[in-house]
Amino acid sequence: MKIGVLALQGAFREHCWMLEGCGVTAVEIRKPEELDGVDGLIIPGGESTTIGKLMMEWGLLDKIKLRVDQKMAVYGTCAGMILLAKEIKDSNQPRLGIMDIVVRRNAFGRQRESFEADMTVPEFGAESLKAVFIRAPYIEEAGKDVKVMARVHNKIVIARQNNILVTAFHPELTKDDRIHQYFISMTKNA
Amino acid sequence: MQQGTFRVKAGLAEMLKGGVIMDVTTPEQAKIAEEAGACAVMALERVPADIRAAGGVARMADPTIILKIMEAVTIPVMAKGRIGHFVEAQIIESLGVDYIDESEVLTPADDKYHIDKHQFNVPFVCGAKNLGEALRRIGEGAAMIRTKGEPGTGNVVEAVKHIRMVMSEIRQLQNLPNEEVSAFAKNIAAPLELVMEVKKLGRLPVVNFAAGGIATPADAALMMHLGCDGIFVGSGVFKSGDPVKRAKAIVAATTYYNDPKILAEISRDLGEAMVGIEISTIADHERMQDRGW
Repeated sequence: MKIGVLALQGAFREHCWMLEGCGVTAVEIRKPEELDGVDGLIIPGGESTTIGKLMMEWGLLDKIKLRVDQKMAVYGTCAGMILLAKEIKDSNQPRLGIMDIVVRRNAFGRQRESFEADMTVPEFGAESLKAVFIRAPYIEEAGKDVKVMARVHNKIVIARQNNILVTAFHPELTKDDRIHQYFISMTKNA
Repeated sequence: MQQGTFRVKAGLAEMLKGGVIMDVTTPEQAKIAEEAGACAVMALERVPADIRAAGGVARMADPTIILKIMEAVTIPVMAKGRIGHFVEAQIIESLGVDYIDESEVLTPADDKYHIDKHQFNVPFVCGAKNLGEALRRIGEGAAMIRTKGEPGTGNVVEAVKHIRMVMSEIRQLQNLPNEEVSAFAKNIAAPLELVMEVKKLGRLPVVNFAAGGIATPADAALMMHLGCDGIFVGSGVFKSGDPVKRAKAIVAATTYYNDPKILAEISRDLGEAMVGIEISTIADHERMQDRGW
């Protein structure tokens, strides 16, 4: 199986390492045609305005939308989650806008408010998960087809809508690969 | 819940990778940078080329300028404090800035010691010319490194020299048997633990950006090829003929650094680049890269 990692800007290297640690081939994606050979796609953390503008300018927005419409699994972390959301509070920045959620950027605050927290996610078992939040967004509202998988400080930070998975935090900055394994199984079943 | 951990500090730098951080002196410039796709901005009173031209003592910017820039954009905002001036750093931290640059572009406030950066919740980026300097800064708590280059010159040669030095020392270290690592650490005056970590990883343990003299998309792409994780552009954008176009082109060049056709396309009709300075014409005592210890 091959999973693409959008490599326009941000922490794409860490997602590639994580996927390869799980025995999956990771492919860096910078051009629309590079999406043709992949079974799933990760949109990494980074600066959502930067990634969104580059996606629009280099023809990736429409191609990714089309592939997700055709049931390709996609996983967005942090900036990736923002770019997948239908609505971004106080912003009209370029985005994919394909998941029925309303997100707020930098919702926990600026860098000095960034934090790590231990959380439990029922889907990933009883063992707690170390979540790293960096100038992180959260989900303010989720549509009826969206499954809320966990909250931190009472805010939604993991959610899934069919073949779309999002987390507000960064599992790729830890050694815990449970979320990547979960996404790999989503890709297999897509 | 834990804040200010090294993972959280270094993590923000990981998110900036593959991006361009631009020097700005006004909220208007900050908006132009954000619109062009900058992944962060550095809030300054004057860009390095103007600091160089003005001479005298260069200090932290007026907090009003930093705050106005923070209000103007949604991307991370960095600000510079003088080497060793931990009070300037405390002031910058209190404003809520996202990253502090302990910078040789400003006049050093301490001729022997850098800031103990572990004492801060906000992360620091520091300049380095070689592996030893990079690891001393990381040992002091820096969560991100950049080449020093020679700021405000529009001449990339010093930044190239510095990244080549760091990468060549890392390659050398990787070929050493373990019993020779301690002497290597002593020679480069770096903490042994960090030297061992670099040997294991084959790279610095934190993100390493290019800075100091980048003026064109081709300069940015060159630094990415040489192993940098992203780009700081100081005077190169707003001292050029068409800042908007040039800023966008440097952002695209940092992503598509490995594609000469795209680089050719985005390098077209950018207008005048900033006027460059040949390094040999700068007197030794005016070289910013020699500040820091």
